[in-house]
Amino acid sequence: MAFVEFDHVSYRIDGRDILRDIDLQLDHNETLVLLGRSGSGKTTLLRMVNALLRPTSGDVRFDGKSVSAWDEIALRRRIGYVIQDGGLFPHITVARNVGLVPELEGWPQAKIDARMTELLQAVGLSPETYAARYPKQLSGGEKQRVGIARALAADPPLLLLDEPFAALDPVTRYDMQQHFLKLRRDFGKAALFVTHDLREALLLGSRIALLHEGRIELVGTPREFLHATSPHARDFLRTLDLETA
Amino acid sequence: MSFASEIASYSGEHVVLVGASVAIAIAVGAPTAIALTRHVHTRRWVLGVVNVIQTIPSLALFGVLLPIPFVGGIGKRTAIIVLALYALLPIMRNMVVGILGIEPGVRDSALAMGMTRQQVLWRVEIPLALPTILAGLRIAIVSTIGTATVAAAIGGGGLGTFIFRGIATADLATVLAGAIPAALMAIVADEVLEWAERHYSV
Repeated sequence: MAFVEFDHVSYRIDGRDILRDIDLQLDHNETLVLLGRSGSGKTTLLRMVNALLRPTSGDVRFDGKSVSAWDEIALRRRIGYVIQDGGLFPHITVARNVGLVPELEGWPQAKIDARMTELLQAVGLSPETYAARYPKQLSGGEKQRVGIARALAADPPLLLLDEPFAALDPVTRYDMQQHFLKLRRDFGKAALFVTHDLREALLLGSRIALLHEGRIELVGTPREFLHATSPHARDFLRTLDLETA
Repeated sequence: MSFASEIASYSGEHVVLVGASVAIAIAVGAPTAIALTRHVHTRRWVLGVVNVIQTIPSLALFGVLLPIPFVGGIGKRTAIIVLALYALLPIMRNMVVGILGIEPGVRDSALAMGMTRQQVLWRVEIPLALPTILAGLRIAIVSTIGTATVAAAIGGGGLGTFIFRGIATADLATVLAGAIPAALMAIVADEVLEWAERHYSV
């Protein structure tokens, strides 16, 4: 059974169709990339999994149960969420940002500290240097690392990542992508990853779903995507030609 | 009663007028403002009404309330109600602006982490809005210290008693006996709250 399932999902707001009849499945331990241009509806689709948005029609299921049937809080505690600017809380330290979900879950402080140390190391930040810092004292890449550590804190089986590396410079972005691959091997999570960058999609995705104007144009492995002939897939593939020219 | 002890006792009354009215304004305004951050449509007209109250000249508002039973009448109670009405706007407006001004990504993250509405409010929204909220409180307190001098016109007491007495007798010294302590009070409150504002800014 699929881990996350979109079943004829549509979303309409202010008379505009953002998503139309989306059918898509994410399996356990898979990274499914939602690729699309700005306004294609990929972020909207992502935000339905943790109930930040509700579909106008159709159903989203997480772990076999409709999202609308889940207790919102319980559902969200089982899903890590990483966004472009990190979404870190500026008024608390890195350590408390990372330890926040465990704290909400009522873990004892010693266990929270141990987990925080482990995760900062896992994302390549030395706890001695970074634990006591505030988000404004971090670079863009460091913020994203903390954001990922925070999302992993309570060991959720699913990660939602919304263009987490889009605002980083190309070198940092590459480092973070490699790091993400390593984390995925080490932690074995399912992930839905939103991006508008084909290179990133090819590098990170087990499968890629291409969205265009609220519809899914194709779903396939990176290899299949490279040979896709649909018009919007070709638009994306052209960006690779330009970069290698 | 000596002049100095008169100053002390009217200053004390003044502090009570300001303290009580600002406390009422916070008690009423803060929960209302928090509710308004979640209701776009109600927000516009509620803040509109509070805004209109603010534009009524204070002496006129005292006059309007005088004949109204229960809330009105001569004395401290009417004065405190009027002052509280004036303090509402800066407190509510800054609270609304402060909370709505939080980066959407931060609030989204808080919700996505599985915080309850209450946890988002107390752990994220209020701490991040605190400098703005304190700025509103500062404006409310400083302006109430000034407006409270008018309270003496309806028997509310406070440092305004000197000012009205001094005007009636054309005695500058008596006017200053009310005005200078009130001004000092405002300056001290301003400094203390400005420090707090800086202290809590992220």
